[in-house]
Amino acid sequence: MSSTAGIDAGPPSGAGLPGVPDLGRKSRPGESVIRAVLTMSALVSVVVTAGIILALIQPVIDFFRDVPIGDFFATEGTYAVLPLIAGTAMTTVIALIVAVPLGLGAAMYLSEYASKRARKVLKPTVELLAGVPSVVYGFFALSFVTPTLLQDLLSLEVGFTNALAAGIVLGVMIIPTVASLSEDALTAVPQAMRQGSLAMGANRAQTTLRVVLPAALSGVAAAIVLGMSRAVGETMIVALAAGAQKNLTLDPREGMQTMTGFIAQTAGGENPVGSTSYNALFAVGMLLFVITLVINIFSIAFVRRFRQVY
Amino acid sequence: MSIASTTARDITASTLATGRSKDRNVGSLVFLGLLWFSLFFGVMVLLVLIVSTALDGASRFDSALITEYSSRISPESTGFRAGILGSLWLMVFTALLAVPIGIGAALYLEEFANGERWWNRLIEVNLQNLAAVPSIVYGLLAVAVMALMGFENTGIVLGGAVALALLILPVVIITTREAVRAVPRDIRDGSLALGATVWQTTWRQTLPSAVPGIATGTILGLSRAMGEAAPLIVVGLAGSVRFDPTGLFSEITALPMQIYSLTSQSQEEFQTAASAAIIVLLVMILGLNALAIFIRNKFQRTW
Repeated sequence: MSSTAGIDAGPPSGAGLPGVPDLGRKSRPGESVIRAVLTMSALVSVVVTAGIILALIQPVIDFFRDVPIGDFFATEGTYAVLPLIAGTAMTTVIALIVAVPLGLGAAMYLSEYASKRARKVLKPTVELLAGVPSVVYGFFALSFVTPTLLQDLLSLEVGFTNALAAGIVLGVMIIPTVASLSEDALTAVPQAMRQGSLAMGANRAQTTLRVVLPAALSGVAAAIVLGMSRAVGETMIVALAAGAQKNLTLDPREGMQTMTGFIAQTAGGENPVGSTSYNALFAVGMLLFVITLVINIFSIAFVRRFRQVY
Repeated sequence: MSIASTTARDITASTLATGRSKDRNVGSLVFLGLLWFSLFFGVMVLLVLIVSTALDGASRFDSALITEYSSRISPESTGFRAGILGSLWLMVFTALLAVPIGIGAALYLEEFANGERWWNRLIEVNLQNLAAVPSIVYGLLAVAVMALMGFENTGIVLGGAVALALLILPVVIITTREAVRAVPRDIRDGSLALGATVWQTTWRQTLPSAVPGIATGTILGLSRAMGEAAPLIVVGLAGSVRFDPTGLFSEITALPMQIYSLTSQSQEEFQTAASAAIIVLLVMILGLNALAIFIRNKFQRTW
């Protein structure tokens, strides 16, 4: 009997059956190999992160050997990054202005008003928007939103490429992100809180806005932040529709190049490997990676900090 | 009688008298209208997008669109054969790279790993972050990976597949984990109680039960990869080539890349061709999505 082996060893195998070997002690080389292989695949994800940082860091070091940091974080010049950051900020803000009310509205309808059957149809329909390739959205912004919607219907004086059209279409693209995650957060609010509010004489609109929404605020905020990180990292829409010229301006009707747009344009052009303009690609890429990483960490921390447990 | 019950009686009385609950006052109706609008705004945009693109490209829905190579000389019959074949090749090799690693990682995390250990928690947090890394950054990573393997020219099948596989790996891992987690504990316990090892249980019981969920998630990941152009630009795929892919090291283009490169052409015919190609791309992606939904509805088990 191996009753002294430990409390968590469970009942000893073969106890009471004389002659049966103790299978728990049997070494299984095959099992260990498989376990090792699976562990390796899991580690690939960590290697990928390390790889991203390593892949970016060498060209970035080379870049800053040629270009002083002051020229990188400058408003003008070949390697100035501030106009690109401004472009990204502009398109992202426009996208959020479009996506937050619409995404939140869709989420509130789905979680508070829609019947179970309606939700089963409507939710995938909203999520269809996320399945459209971004190059298609970019083409749409360029060939429909700017000429037809902004210039003809709204008679705005916009350029061929402009931050407004890119931002609006970007906003449409992130509606499903905001809607889907907000809906999860709203649905998670316990039914008793709604019933309490309704019993006090509030109607459904008041209940939704004053009880359910505040209770789900942390999840909704995380959804918005995640949508924002999507908008910051999106490439094709802004590469096609936001413009290919650095432009530090507050006027969304002008074309503004974004960080991702710059990477796409530079990578698509003829730049010999190792040249300063090629390394600039990695410097901007590194900045983009760091910005989205900070946004994500912020979103995770936000959920942890403000999560209410019911 | 307390105020509360008076109010309750008044509300009930007015509801009975008018047949309208308080949900029907002007403010509530406006609110509901706004919710309806936000729900259908996206659908409207999608409809406008599809209809306007289809109308633009209507004159080019001919066989040349998918059988011909791109041509600068005769823009009215330029085709997307190389892009369509390139996209299909990329999908196959992306799946071959991403699916085994993704499933392996998911199985480790769900069935073998002790979630309390710090390294396993590191992998979890890391996965959450990777899922939100911009797609264009994966292109930069793929360039570095290819350079490490000694490839000068990265605009080949392997380069594109590495970039796309890295991109969808987090998606595959996350969806596989969800599918594996949905398999009830009892099935594992039953298998273990009969003397199977953890791996035998995983391979013969858990994994087969989770296959529909894994397939659905993987196909959805691939459909996302099919529409991506940003990492492919960075990897250096050509905007157009005039031959079919022949192997892992053959230079290719992809359908989204071809569409992107056409937008910088000023001739009207190229814009028409791009619109028609967008419809082809949407059909391919919708086809993949439909396949995923079919698999989910046909094979998904609930316990």
